[in-house]
Amino acid sequence: MTADRWIDVGRIEDIPPRGARTVVVEGGDEIAVFRAGDDAVFALINRCPHKGGPLSQGIVHGHSVACPLHNWNIALATGLAQGPDSGCTPTILVRVEDGRILIAPPQPVPA
Amino acid sequence: MAGCRAVEELIARDAGRYRVTIFGAEPHVHYNRIMLSPVLAGEKTFDQIVINDRAWYDDNAVDLILSDPVEAIDRGAKTVTARSGRVVGYDRLLIATGSDPFIIPVPGHTLDGVISFRDMADVSRMIAAADAGGEAVVIGGGLLGLEAAHGLSLRGMKVTVIHLMPTLMERQLDEAAGWLLKSALEARGQTILTGADTAEIVGETCVEGVRLKDGRLIPASLVVMAVGIRPCVWLAKEAGLAVGRGIHVDDHMVTSDPAILAVGECVEHDGQVYGLVAPLWDMCRALADGLTERHTGYRGSVTSTKLKVSGIDVFSAGDFSGGQGAQDIVLRDASRGVYKRVIVRDDRIVGAVLYGDTGDGGWYFDLMKRGEDISTVRDMLIFGQAFALGGGQTDPKAAVAALSDNAEICGCNGVSKGKVVACIGGGAVTLDAVRGSCKASASCGSCTNVVENLLALTLGDDYGGERAVKTMCKCTSFGHDDVRREIVAQGMRSIPEVMQKLHWSTPDGCSSCRPALNYYLLCALPGEYVDDQQSRFVNERMHANIQKDGTYSVVPRMWGGVTNPRELRAIADVVEKYDAPLVKVTGGQRLDIFGIKKQDLPAVWADLNAAGMVSGHAYGKSLRTVKTCVGSDWCRFGTQDSTGLGIQTERMTWGSWMPHKFKIAVSGCPRNCAEATIKDFGVICVDSGYELHVGGNGGIHVRVTDLLCKVETEAEAMHYCAAFIQLYREEARYLERTAPWIERVGLERIKARIVEDAEGRDALAARFLHSQTFCQDDPWAARAKGAESEQHQPLSLMETA
Repeated sequence: MTADRWIDVGRIEDIPPRGARTVVVEGGDEIAVFRAGDDAVFALINRCPHKGGPLSQGIVHGHSVACPLHNWNIALATGLAQGPDSGCTPTILVRVEDGRILIAPPQPVPA
Repeated sequence: MAGCRAVEELIARDAGRYRVTIFGAEPHVHYNRIMLSPVLAGEKTFDQIVINDRAWYDDNAVDLILSDPVEAIDRGAKTVTARSGRVVGYDRLLIATGSDPFIIPVPGHTLDGVISFRDMADVSRMIAAADAGGEAVVIGGGLLGLEAAHGLSLRGMKVTVIHLMPTLMERQLDEAAGWLLKSALEARGQTILTGADTAEIVGETCVEGVRLKDGRLIPASLVVMAVGIRPCVWLAKEAGLAVGRGIHVDDHMVTSDPAILAVGECVEHDGQVYGLVAPLWDMCRALADGLTERHTGYRGSVTSTKLKVSGIDVFSAGDFSGGQGAQDIVLRDASRGVYKRVIVRDDRIVGAVLYGDTGDGGWYFDLMKRGEDISTVRDMLIFGQAFALGGGQTDPKAAVAALSDNAEICGCNGVSKGKVVACIGGGAVTLDAVRGSCKASASCGSCTNVVENLLALTLGDDYGGERAVKTMCKCTSFGHDDVRREIVAQGMRSIPEVMQKLHWSTPDGCSSCRPALNYYLLCALPGEYVDDQQSRFVNERMHANIQKDGTYSVVPRMWGGVTNPRELRAIADVVEKYDAPLVKVTGGQRLDIFGIKKQDLPAVWADLNAAGMVSGHAYGKSLRTVKTCVGSDWCRFGTQDSTGLGIQTERMTWGSWMPHKFKIAVSGCPRNCAEATIKDFGVICVDSGYELHVGGNGGIHVRVTDLLCKVETEAEAMHYCAAFIQLYREEARYLERTAPWIERVGLERIKARIVEDAEGRDALAARFLHSQTFCQDDPWAARAKGAESEQHQPLSLMETA
């Protein structure tokens, strides 16, 4: 799958290691962009599959984030809930080019 | 791996005997190939699977030549020639060329995007492919294929496994276990096609999909071939050595040329070739013995497989195909996802397959290797060792004691029980020392419990069972108390340092251990340790309470619960200005403003700061509130100025970080209107002075305080309060409130430290007040002025083509 619209959302340094920032794309859900301790970058819809917690506010460890509301662990690469929990947060295509983070959010459907 | 392992064994026996030169095709130092799967799955980094770093080779005078494989052996001249043209002579030559992945020569197998899963370069390619997203096909439903599929799936790819046979891992698992594994993997989102035969890989230049013989086409941008390996023997063959399926070796790993030895997956011994690590370790030991004139010899290996596929434990050993005279003992517990099958012939175990619970695998395997008669325990055999030997007793120590000396304890490093015991006998009396000297438990850590039991068994009362406590979390084998002690003892100064020195098993911990470590370092090094924001729970990072809808609530500090028109007005203004849907009086007599959006928090704080109000820390593992009643100024029963004492106490204690939330109350008389007897620290004012209460909790398990002591003056009450808080801060485990802490250590111990030891009390109080000089800054003020403002603002957008 290729995205036909990549959006530059900033430099990798704009996100602290083991941290996240959010992006709001018009007409879409809030997106959380994560930077793991090894500088891998991931993007997910900013919503835990459990009770909708803002994943961007969770503790990032390895390539997972612990939801700030009830500590569900979500794999950053797949959006899948880990361990005994089940559920999935949609992932957003993301890539890093020359230190810039590019995301490809789903295209909003024109009215 | 086998080659370097053989050199390690050799050096361990007689370090100065040979001058060693190692040639390697890969650009990396010797790493643990078995751990490539965790690297692919993102659970480990490459550095964490390196076995010996460069310095080790230098220290042991081993010449290590990387990225330069040997391409020819001249047996007459006794030299090898590497790809670069380098020629090196030898007295003895060790061939450990391992095996090559088998690529099925179907049409399209040379397309870009078709790879194997063998070395670090393959892993890097898979990670890069997964980063680009899309779909992957893994051909081969054996262990390697399933691990590749698991890793790619964790990295976000949609994965299909194509397996020729009717069930997965048919060489290790029987049909029932294979089927359970398939269902479990499908439940995790992978597509598993068994009985599926690959016809061709389609694509122009890059892989676009895989077509099966039945016509189905599975789209894919990456194809991983993991159908098997075959010994890499071309070098030996060209040198004219005797080669069958592998390089022929005798019991001392010597090939048909007495000056040339071989170990590992490239050899054939007694008609067998091996693809598992345990036999390789056996071979390396025999080889090193032979080279140092000990003639133990290698007699072949009986193999077992203990695996974790996609987080599911499976184990198999021996022959499980059944056949003449074989009887099956089977236990199925579908709801627990457990399946066990032990195959018995002539009262001896000949094979075992365990799925879901593999704890007894080592025991069955040991019984099998020893050919033990199991007729006396046969009726309980399937329930496992603890039950069969102990009649229902579950003593893990007895289980370990019953293992033979040859039983393998650490699969990653091939360490037997006998070797661990010898190493403990040789002075390694702690887990760390064992890890350092014989490497048991030093890699994946799954055998840590067994090693600890061996320590306890071998040392008896001398072993304090330092880690027989619950571990902090699954990232470490240390308990909270051990970690705190080691931080102070070793003078550790950062979270990465703690994780490095204490062998953390994860690259950067988890949401349980990081906040705990952050607190322990903060408590140990006041004014020095730099707080790690990313190791704090959201409430502490945002200095507000997250609520179920993702908005925050804000509680300004109201000293002792007292307020005034200016503060009330500021709160009312904030409520209106930011459209807060709710204001509520908290249980601790403060006002809580609900429904504030993350991006509005700095402005709310600025407005409250302007009216002189600071953060109430209602969100932190910290001093929350000091609740008071009105006391002697107004109340007709009040004996002392409880409001005044509460305000002073709050001024002294605010801002301090604690193992958990901490609440204080001061009641003016024994009617106890401030409910001081269910607080962490409570004061009841009486005519003759102040009763000090500790360890109360109004939470899930309501606990009334214990009376610590009675003092005569306000100053004493505050001094004892400071000392008590510091004792709690220094000795309780993270997330342990005072109530369970006191129940754990006993009130007598607290009294001995605070009441009976005046000097100790003064020192505690002094340490508390010292640490307070660094943390009584209003976190809101700095944020309102713009510090870390990016936490509240989204990233900006720029469209690109």
